[in-house]
Amino acid sequence: MKQRQGGVAQATQPIKSLIQRFAYVGMVMAAIAILMFGKADTLLIEKARIYVTDAVAPVLNLLSRPAATVSNWVKQGNELLALREENARLREANARLLQWQIVARKLEAENTELRHLSEFQPQGTQSYISARVIADAGGTFAHSLVLSAGRKAGVRKGQAVIAGEGLVGRVHGVGPNSSRVLLITDLNSRIPVMIEDTRVRAILAGNNSTRASLIHLPPGATASPGDRVITSGHGGAFPWGLPVGVVAAVSDDRIEVQPFVDRERLEYVRAVDFGLKGIVTLPSADKAGSAQKPK
Amino acid sequence: MVVKQQTTIQRIDLLARNITPFLLALVLIMVSQLPMHIPELGRASPMLALIAVYHWTVFRPELLPSPAVFVIGLFLDLLSGGPVGINAVVLLLVYGVVLSQRRFLFGKSFAVVWIGFGVVGLSATLVTFIVVSLYHLMPVSPQGFLFQYLLTLGLFPLVSWMLLKWQRLVLR
Repeated sequence: MKQRQGGVAQATQPIKSLIQRFAYVGMVMAAIAILMFGKADTLLIEKARIYVTDAVAPVLNLLSRPAATVSNWVKQGNELLALREENARLREANARLLQWQIVARKLEAENTELRHLSEFQPQGTQSYISARVIADAGGTFAHSLVLSAGRKAGVRKGQAVIAGEGLVGRVHGVGPNSSRVLLITDLNSRIPVMIEDTRVRAILAGNNSTRASLIHLPPGATASPGDRVITSGHGGAFPWGLPVGVVAAVSDDRIEVQPFVDRERLEYVRAVDFGLKGIVTLPSADKAGSAQKPK
Repeated sequence: MVVKQQTTIQRIDLLARNITPFLLALVLIMVSQLPMHIPELGRASPMLALIAVYHWTVFRPELLPSPAVFVIGLFLDLLSGGPVGINAVVLLLVYGVVLSQRRFLFGKSFAVVWIGFGVVGLSATLVTFIVVSLYHLMPVSPQGFLFQYLLTLGLFPLVSWMLLKWQRLVLR
């Protein structure tokens, strides 16, 4: 029996290895073909992506909980070590914030009064969908997050995603139970913004690093480190005034913006439905996962 | 047909055991995409799929045929949000290269296997960097790739050790 087995195995070995070699070459060619096809037609690929992500979303959701627990321990350990300084810093911050609160209250009252006087029409109602971050995907390839809420929860493509500090990104793909967020630092992200103080408009473009850069500034306009950057509301995709980041470095050819949101700390985010349709509903905006690039 | 003495249950059992390297690779991919909330780590996610493919190609290549490597790469691409197909290509290339050089790696000390991974991983990272840059028609930031490579290289002993344990416990 043993001998026969060996004999058969020996006889079929060359054929088997030939088949395996063919399979290997076929697989490499198929992979290259998919890579090129994905560059040409992103719609089908995006559909496959949404489908696969949605299928594994429950597993990711489950797996991300222990990961969050472990990171919580690490965080708590760090916090214990730095308790004293943290306390002093918070007390100082609290004093400063209390002052701001007074200012904000005053401004709010003034604002209401002025709106009343000028019969200001407020923008449409906003609704929020909170979701857990279940995957921080891509690493060096792309900057995207996967959220635990999808179409069933009311998440729609094009919605702004915010965390406490500011703008995180834009919903880019939605499945029934999960959605993918394109971060503002992703290579494909283009967001109309403006500098808060000077009202200079620009486009915030990601480049897969930790910072994004300002492009398409009007001729002669400039920015200086420390300037706050907010969304400008142009193009109708995002509402006006969401905090985005702060200008961190200015060189001859590049204005770098440090986002307010710390990607590593994101656990829960909110997708915001501002009731704006904007450019993202155009069919051309479905391509490349980005808002239309302004020419 | 030849192996008559095996019962159906035994065959199913063996099949179930032998499919675990592939399934483990999928699980590792999902783990590598989890948000770790560790700012010091940066945003590089370790290339755990590369470790898995390298490990099984060196130790048990018959359990990871090329279509399985293809599916692993494609799954990683779809989940990670990057260009689809890139990891399928890179992992298949790694598979082919390691398979052809297997006699230099198999049965050697762990240090040799690790150094082998260092070389293969660096080449894979370089190829990925070049293909991604070509894909986007502009050079992407290289620091992320370098950091990702170093992180993966550092994690290799741990992951490889776990896979070896699995190999001894489950695969026999």
